[in-house]
Amino acid sequence: MSEAIDSTAEAPGTAANAGVETPFRRFVSDFFDSKVASAAAVVLGGIVFIAVFAPWISPQNPYDLAQVSILDSKLVPGAKSMEGWTFWLGTDGAGRDLLSAMFYGLRISLGVGVMSGIVAMCIGAAIGLAAAYFGGRVDTLIMRIVDIQLSFPAILVALILLALLGKGVDKIIVALIIVQWAYYARTVRGSALVERNKEYIEAATCLALGHNRIVFRHMLPNCLPPLIVVGTIQTAHAISLEATLSFLGVGLPISEPSLGLLIANGFDYMLSGKYWISFFPGVALLITIVSINLVGDQLRDVLNPRLQR
Amino acid sequence: MTVFIIRRLMQSIAVMFVMSFLVFGGVNLVGDPTEIFLNDEATEVERQQTIRAMGLDKPWYIQYGKFIGNAVQGDLGKSFVYSEPALGIITERMPATFELALAALVLAVVFGIPLGVFAGLKPESGISKAVMAGSILGFSLPTFWVGLMFIMVFAVMLGWLPSTGRGETASLFGIDVSFLTFDGLTHLFLPALNLALFKISLVIRLARAGTREVVHQDYIKFARAKGLTTRRVIFVHLMKNIMIPVVTVLGLEFGGLIAFSVVTETVFAWPGMGKLIIDSIQTLDRPVIVAYLMIIVVVFVVINLIVDVLYSILDPRVRLQDVKA
Amino acid sequence: MSADDTQPTLVVEDLQTHFFTKAGIARAVDGVSFTVGRGEVMGLVGESGSGKSVTGFSLIDLVDPPGEIVGGRILFQGEDLVTASEERMQQLRGNRIAMIFQDPMMTLNPVLRIDTQMIETIHAHDPKVPKEEARRRSRDALGQVGIPSPDERLRAYPHQFSGGMRQRVAIAIALLNKPDLIIADEPTTALDVTIQGQILFEAQKLCRETGTALIWITHDLAVVAGLADTISVMYGGRIVEQGAIDGVLDHPVHPYTRGLLGSVPGHNTRGQRLYQIPGMAPSLLNLPQGCAFKARCPDADAACEARPEIDEPVAGRRVRCFHPHLEAAQ
Repeated sequence: MSEAIDSTAEAPGTAANAGVETPFRRFVSDFFDSKVASAAAVVLGGIVFIAVFAPWISPQNPYDLAQVSILDSKLVPGAKSMEGWTFWLGTDGAGRDLLSAMFYGLRISLGVGVMSGIVAMCIGAAIGLAAAYFGGRVDTLIMRIVDIQLSFPAILVALILLALLGKGVDKIIVALIIVQWAYYARTVRGSALVERNKEYIEAATCLALGHNRIVFRHMLPNCLPPLIVVGTIQTAHAISLEATLSFLGVGLPISEPSLGLLIANGFDYMLSGKYWISFFPGVALLITIVSINLVGDQLRDVLNPRLQR
Repeated sequence: MTVFIIRRLMQSIAVMFVMSFLVFGGVNLVGDPTEIFLNDEATEVERQQTIRAMGLDKPWYIQYGKFIGNAVQGDLGKSFVYSEPALGIITERMPATFELALAALVLAVVFGIPLGVFAGLKPESGISKAVMAGSILGFSLPTFWVGLMFIMVFAVMLGWLPSTGRGETASLFGIDVSFLTFDGLTHLFLPALNLALFKISLVIRLARAGTREVVHQDYIKFARAKGLTTRRVIFVHLMKNIMIPVVTVLGLEFGGLIAFSVVTETVFAWPGMGKLIIDSIQTLDRPVIVAYLMIIVVVFVVINLIVDVLYSILDPRVRLQDVKA
Repeated sequence: MSADDTQPTLVVEDLQTHFFTKAGIARAVDGVSFTVGRGEVMGLVGESGSGKSVTGFSLIDLVDPPGEIVGGRILFQGEDLVTASEERMQQLRGNRIAMIFQDPMMTLNPVLRIDTQMIETIHAHDPKVPKEEARRRSRDALGQVGIPSPDERLRAYPHQFSGGMRQRVAIAIALLNKPDLIIADEPTTALDVTIQGQILFEAQKLCRETGTALIWITHDLAVVAGLADTISVMYGGRIVEQGAIDGVLDHPVHPYTRGLLGSVPGHNTRGQRLYQIPGMAPSLLNLPQGCAFKARCPDADAACEARPEIDEPVAGRRVRCFHPHLEAAQ
C-alpha cells in the first residue's frame, strides 16, 4: 500500500487533521452515489417527519370522537366532508378521515417498530459481545440458544409469546424484542470475534484494562457497521411483523391502531368494492418498508469494503 | 452415513424435549387456567374441585410427566372450544396447510430458480434488473396486504378466481387434497402465490448470488474448454453447484412457509392449522395452542433433519468426510 | 480430416486481444505471431502479466468479457478460428484442440464424479459412442497418465484426489479425443518438482508418438529447456524473441531474454550478487510508447521510442528489437 504517496488516506478518528475527506464524509458521499438509495432516504425522512408530527399535520384527529361523524363513513377518495374540506383518501367505516388515520397509524407502526428494534439491538449486542469476549462455554451456550431460536420463524415465536402474554402495547413490544434480539446477537458476535483476534485487543488486555472498557470502547466501535446494516433491515421486518400481528388480531389493541389494524378494518369492505380503506394504509406500509430496505441495502454495500481495513 | 443420521436424530429428540418443556412451562404456569372455566361467582369449593379435576394441584414435575406421558400416546388434551381431542382437530386440518405450503414451495422453485439463474448469467440485461427490483418488492411487501390486493384485483374486480376458501377435494392415499380437481386448483392458486411471493424473492436472490459465484470458477471454464454445449454447462455443471445452498435454504424455509400460512389462511379463509391457531389464541383455547406448538416443533425438527440428510446427499464432500470420521 | 502432413498445425498471425475496462484498454495480446508444426512442442515463456495465458485462451476463444479478440488470424489446420462460429468452436474444443489449466484444484467440478466428467467429454463430440465403450476409453486414459486402479478411481469425486492426481485426470481428459493440438497453461506450476518431471516426460513422449502439437505456457525456463522444440518469449503482450530452443537459450539475442537467462542462478558467479533485470514489468493498461522494454533495457536509446517490428536477422530466429545482440547468435 503506497501510504506515503496517498495523502488523502486518513486514519479513522484523526479528525484533527483537517484533511479534505474524513471517513464520515466519504461514507456520506458514497451513500448518495446511488440515486435509488438517495431517493429512498429522502422518502424515509419524509415518513419519519410525518410520524413525529402527525398530530399537528393531520387534517383531523381521527380518534377524537367529536370530530368524527358516522354520516361521513365509507366515502370515496376525494369526497367532501360535512364541513367542506376534502377527504383526500376517503373515509373508513366509522367516518374517520383515512389520511389522518394513516398518519397516526404510521406514528404507531414506526414507533413500535423502532423502539423494539433499538432495545433488541442493545440487548442483542450486549449478549453478542459477551459471547465473543468470554468465549468458551459461555459462547457455546449463548450461540446454541440463538441458533435454536433462529431456526423458528419469527412469526411463530411472536405468536407463541403473544399466546402466553396476552394483549397490550407493552406485551407486543416485549414480543418484538424477544423475536429480534437473536439476529443482533449473532451479527455482533460474528464481528466481535473477528476483532477479538486482532492484536489491539491483546494489547489492551495486557494493559489490564477492565472488561467493560475493552468491550465497549475498543470492540464495539468496530462492530458498528454490520450492526447498523442489520438494524435497518431488522427494523423493516419488525414493522412488517407488527402489522401482520395487528392484522391477525393478536397485535396492538384497538386503542392504538397501527397500519396493520387499519388494513384489517378495511378487509370487510373489500368484497363490496370499497378498496381504499385497506389499500392506502397498505401502500403507506409498503413505502415505509421498501425505503428502509433500500437504504439498508445501500448501507450494506457502502460499509462493506470499509470493513476490510 | 448412518452414524450421521443417528447423531442428528438424537439431537432432534433432545431439542423436542427441551421445547416441550418450554411449551408446557409457558402455557401451564403462566396465568390461571381455571379462569377459563369458572365465572366470577364460582365458590372457592368449586374452584378447588376444578383444580383437582384438572390435576392442577399436583407439583409441576408430576404435571409435566403426565403431560409427556399423554403426549406420547397422542393425547394432548381436549379443546375447550370444540370439546374434542386437540390433537385430532389439528391433524384434521394439517393436510390443508401442508398442501398450501407445498404448493407455495413448488411455485418458489419453478419461478425463483430460472429467474435467479438468468439474472446471475446476464446481470446487465434489463430483465435482470427488473427481476432484482421485483425481488426487493417481493420481500418488502407485507404478505397479508398482498393477499388482500390479490383478492381485490383477481376476485372482485376481474372475477377470474374465487376469493376465499378451499375448493373441492379428492382423496389421495386417504388424505383429502384439493389440487387434483380443477375447482380445487383455482382456489389454491391465489393463496399459494401469496404465500410464495416472499420465498420467490429469496430464491431469486440466492440463485443469482450462487450463479454469479459459480460462473467464474475454473471448472466452468474447463467444461467449456472440453467443448460441452452451453446448455450442458448451465444445466448440469452450474445447476448442481448452486442447488446445494438453494435446497438448504428452501428446506429450512419450508418451516417458515408453514408458520406463515397463518397469515394467508386468515386472509383467504383457508381451513388449515394456521387459522385454527389464531382463533385459539383469541379464545384462549389452551389445549389446542399446546397441541399446535408441539406439532409445529415436531414438524420443524423433522424438516431440519431431512434438510441435513439431503445436504449430505447433494454435496459429496460433506458425505464422504463423515465416513472418514 | 486427413490434414496435410507438411501443413503446420497452428499458424497465428498478428493476434490482438484487448480488455476494455473502466480503467482503460489493456492490450494483453498485442500483435503475436507464431507457428507450431505437427508433433512440435513450443514453449511460450513470459512473466506474470505478459499476456501468455490470454494468448492461450484466445486460441480457443475462451477469453471472458471485457476481453475480446480484436484482430489477427488463428489458422488451425488452415481454418481461421477468429471468424469461426461458437458452434464450430464447441466442435473443436476438447476434440481437436484441448486445453489444460493451471490450478488443478478447481479444474474439476467438485460435485460430479470423475467418470461423468470424462464420459461427457466423449459424448459431447460423438454422442453415438455406447456408454460402456466411453467408460472403457476413460479408464484407459486414466491408466495412460499413470493413475493406479483406474476402475475405482472413475467412481470417485475430485476432492478425493491429490493435486498431482487431479492434474493427471485433467490431462487424461485432454487426451480422450486424441486432439491435434494441446494448449497447456502452466500445468505443473502448482505441483511439486518430482510430479512435474514425470508429467513433462510423458508429455514429450506423447507428442513424439502421436504427432500432437503442444503449446506449453510457463514462466519457468527450466521446464521449457528440457521439453520444447521452439520457444517464444513474450513481454508486454508482444513476442520479443522466437526460435529453436537451443539457439535461444544458449545465444539469446534480445536484451530481455538475455536478462532472463542472466538471472538464472546457474549462470551467475558463486558468491556474487544475482543479476536482476532492473525495474518492473509494465502494466498492460499502460504500455509505454514504442518498445515495451525500453525502460529497463541497458541498450535503450532514442531509436526505441518507435515500436520495433519483428525481424528475422538469422534464419530461424525472430527478434523484435532495434539493438539485438546478433554476435551471440552465430
